[in-house]
Amino acid sequence: MKYASQAVAKPYFVAALALFVAQILFGLVMGLQYVVGDFLFPHIPFNVARMVHTNALIVWLLMGFMGAAYYLVPEEAERELHSPRLALVTFWVFLVAAGLTVIGYLSVPYATLAKLTGNELLPTMGREFLEQPTITKIGIVLVALSLLYNLSLTYLHGRKTAITSVLLFGLWGLALMFLFAFVNPINVVRDKFYWWWVVHLWVEGVWELVLGAILAFVLVKITGVDREVIDKWLYVIVTLTLVSGLIGTGHHYYWIGLPEYWQWLGSLFSALEPLPFFAMVLFAFNMVNRRRRDHPNRAATLWALGTSVMAFLGAGVWGFLHTLAPVNYYTHGTQLTASHGHMAFYGAYVMVVLTILSYAWPQLHGRTAQGNRSQVLEMWGFWLMTVSMVFITLFLTAAGLLQVWLQRMGDTPLPFMAAQEKIAFFYWLREGTGVVFLIGLLTYLASFFIGVKGSPAYGGAARS
Amino acid sequence: MASFFSTSAARNMFYGGTLFSVLLFLGVTLHTESVLPQRDQRAQIATNPAIAAGKRIWEENNCIGCHTLLGEGAYFAPELGNVYKRRGPEFIKAWIQSQPTGAPGRRQMPQFHLSEQQLDDLVEFLRYVSEIDTAGWPPNIEG
Repeated sequence: MKYASQAVAKPYFVAALALFVAQILFGLVMGLQYVVGDFLFPHIPFNVARMVHTNALIVWLLMGFMGAAYYLVPEEAERELHSPRLALVTFWVFLVAAGLTVIGYLSVPYATLAKLTGNELLPTMGREFLEQPTITKIGIVLVALSLLYNLSLTYLHGRKTAITSVLLFGLWGLALMFLFAFVNPINVVRDKFYWWWVVHLWVEGVWELVLGAILAFVLVKITGVDREVIDKWLYVIVTLTLVSGLIGTGHHYYWIGLPEYWQWLGSLFSALEPLPFFAMVLFAFNMVNRRRRDHPNRAATLWALGTSVMAFLGAGVWGFLHTLAPVNYYTHGTQLTASHGHMAFYGAYVMVVLTILSYAWPQLHGRTAQGNRSQVLEMWGFWLMTVSMVFITLFLTAAGLLQVWLQRMGDTPLPFMAAQEKIAFFYWLREGTGVVFLIGLLTYLASFFIGVKGSPAYGGAARS
Repeated sequence: MASFFSTSAARNMFYGGTLFSVLLFLGVTLHTESVLPQRDQRAQIATNPAIAAGKRIWEENNCIGCHTLLGEGAYFAPELGNVYKRRGPEFIKAWIQSQPTGAPGRRQMPQFHLSEQQLDDLVEFLRYVSEIDTAGWPPNIEG
């Protein structure tokens, strides 16, 4: 850590991990409800568990992005953060807003929450991933504005690098697109059209810029490769992202009442969406192969390589599987979508937050790297979580294919619930694998407490 | 990458490519908005206030947290974009009123305590959605 104000990243990282645990616990509840339908009913109905699972994910990834930004912008700009105090106040506002929202989800029926928070004044609730009460959404906008103000001033008054330029572009885009969360016409077709401007343009647009910037920063630090090389790669990756991903929004526009030409536009452009992820794999492996030093933080290197591979598989390959309109006609809204969603979010976003966390955490505590025992545990966590996510994805893919076959392709299509019962076997396998994921997460968390102060297995030797 | 491809060239490619894509996307959006009235049943919304009321009930009970609507939402319970055609208005109302079934081990739908008026509004909303031109999706009536 070179600048004292980078320390504001710490609470963001801690809160992110706490919400990560909550996300996984509620994921296990939902997974069990898929096969034991009345589990915890009526106390935690499925829709409530799902809101906590998805909203906790979104908030903890945002917390992670914010922590990453507060950590890396001062270091790149070579000056202290404009206002560390504002960053801390913002943290508490964000955490309390998120906490109250989750308490609201769990303690009263959703309709009561809508009434209590005055949803009728500006109705924005009840849409997937945007379930937060309108007041929470306004809070998110304020938090984003505070973040952007703080980071932009730091950026403008300091050294401007490709990494911070792309990161800030991504964060500004993130805040801007979120404003469409307030667009909620009665017309369902238009509602869905603009809803995707938040959801798709986040995860297949501006978030990928944040991902690229964070990955590039960590690669600069752990490989010591010339910045000029890394900058070029980063610009190529983010160009591919937006050129494929913006019009690629069309792959959500096939069956929701929009003109048929979206089937062509969406298929063509989204077929290119794996390219930026493939470039990211080449980028990460090339930089590590060409490294000028062996950084003692081997765990961070593993996460950086891992996130590129898993993002390519989850977002790139599993996205491509069902992105072409003639295929999507059968797979739209099935477990196949869920399989892609799980590996893409884990590979691209969970893992990149854990990458920067792995690199920055020891630095924030005055060490180059965690001790050997801690790193071994962390790498066990990496493998347990990553391998179980691969299997969760494979089981959901099997469930999805069977669902499509039974419900949409056979000569005598089965009703939804009849098809669900026939694929319960794969839901059980998914739930069991989810337990292994939780064990991986606990192992990962243990690495923050065990053997952190020991010496790393090898020091930061320079390579010729 | 070779030296003929400078960092500033890469940066310009990024900003240029992004600007081009944004403009193209906005252009197609404008065209889409101009042809939507032929597909999205908006005339119904203007003349039938029950649709707006029904959409609010749909949202404020988080129906999307278990069901899909035109294939989007959660995959825990059946598609409802075409439920009006699959089941009809009376079945939908009776179904919602009789929940939860309490059948052991089965997926449970909560009791939402909707009034007769609210049930009618919700059914009107679902009827409206079922009439949107969705390019022939879903493949069959089961959704």
